[in-house]
Amino acid sequence: MAVSKDLITKAVVEGIKVASIYLPPDVKEALRKAYEEETNSAAKAQLEAILKNIELAEKLKAPICQDTGLITYYVRIGAKFPALDVIEEALIEAARIATKEIPLRPNTVDPVTGRNPGDNTGRYAPVIIWDGIDPKGDYLEVTVVPKGGGSEYVTVYAMVPPGKGLEGVKEVVLDAVVKAGAMPCPPTIIGVGIAGLSDVAMHLAKKCATTRKIGSRHPDPVIADLEKKLLDMVNELGIGTMGMGGKTTALAVHIDYAYRHPATYAVAVAFFCWAARRATVTIKSTGEYTVTQ
Amino acid sequence: MAEYKLKTPLSEEDVRKLRAGDIVYLTGVIYTARDAAHRRIMEYLKAGKPLPFDLRNGAIYHCGPVVAKKDGQWIVVAGGPTTSTRMELYEYDVIEKLGVRMVIGKGGMGKKTAEACVKYGAVYVTYTGGAAVLAAQSIKRVIDVHWLDLGIPEAVWVLEVENFGPLVVAIDSTGRNLIEEVVEKSVKKKEELLRKPL
Repeated sequence: MAVSKDLITKAVVEGIKVASIYLPPDVKEALRKAYEEETNSAAKAQLEAILKNIELAEKLKAPICQDTGLITYYVRIGAKFPALDVIEEALIEAARIATKEIPLRPNTVDPVTGRNPGDNTGRYAPVIIWDGIDPKGDYLEVTVVPKGGGSEYVTVYAMVPPGKGLEGVKEVVLDAVVKAGAMPCPPTIIGVGIAGLSDVAMHLAKKCATTRKIGSRHPDPVIADLEKKLLDMVNELGIGTMGMGGKTTALAVHIDYAYRHPATYAVAVAFFCWAARRATVTIKSTGEYTVTQ
Repeated sequence: MAEYKLKTPLSEEDVRKLRAGDIVYLTGVIYTARDAAHRRIMEYLKAGKPLPFDLRNGAIYHCGPVVAKKDGQWIVVAGGPTTSTRMELYEYDVIEKLGVRMVIGKGGMGKKTAEACVKYGAVYVTYTGGAAVLAAQSIKRVIDVHWLDLGIPEAVWVLEVENFGPLVVAIDSTGRNLIEEVVEKSVKKKEELLRKPL
């Protein structure tokens, strides 16, 4: 089957379905481990409910969480992919179809009038992030992230004095986690972006919170070490699952950075709730596609 | 830590006996209400207009469900709690003026809500955030829906529930606030961690 708008739509609808119903294996494993290691009975009861819910969602093919999020796409395009002109339309159409078929909660709201169009579309919605071009590729790669409101609400952005450096990053992260408390549905995956510009820091934080696998490490050893240290510190804070206390406040800390300006040191902290939903749809120019997690 | 099975309507005595950390399973009728519904409730109260539903001795649920319509009947596909903090603005008045006995949500609530719980006899209980399919298992029926013009997530869904729980008492009528206690401890821990260099 040749690549067409309909084929892209169909593949992406499948990606939204997989993302909304099934948690990625790395997330499930991390939650299971958190459950096994937990000694605080209130937190353990919450983790038990979480594991039961994951199983039930799979069995009933129902969305894991009623907050099916703002549909976000990270799109990577191969320069030789044949249907560049219809990608955007297909991505929007996929949100509409998925909303009806799965079903998803209609979440997009006009901030001016309060109107909800009922199909998860609207101005700049679904969220499409054009995330690079592979010069030699002949594929389209769409990572679907249904980003829930609870974990988005507590996002933090700060400009730290450049002289403070990584100590400043640590301060912003710990402050953010304490301030977020039980609100983002811990245990969360925490994304930290460091950059010269505010929007770049935020993009990196969000992207590494939502698209990187738990257990992956940043290629820069200093950053990889910082990820581990910050995770240990975050868990020492003792907020725990759903703010009940206990061992696991976060499942992972992921950091990414961009070169900055001498005068700026932008730090963003993004949270992904335990229902850390993502799926990647890869469509080849031949029309074959896969959905992976 | 005790476990209770309660039924709506809830009496003042029912909720006054609950203590932070206790577990509740609730059977009866609950009303979903989140941001926009709370805002509209306040508008009605201000204008002295009667509400289309009666919350006295009732339970409200901070929830915006995923619903589907089958053969003309609404069903809840997924219905976990939403973050309660956003409703802190309104909950004191809702408890005082409408006589709500139980507020169900997640993520914790603040001092004003705790004050209302003490004064008027109410509790704030939490259900596991994100456990939406599990929650939907206890929702037996959609009895009615009000204010659907606010959109599906924001409408007031009247739900029949059976053994809905485990609900953890997070604020009791003595004013004890479980999640706030955990967060207060984390603030102290944070200060200690900030004193140590990386």
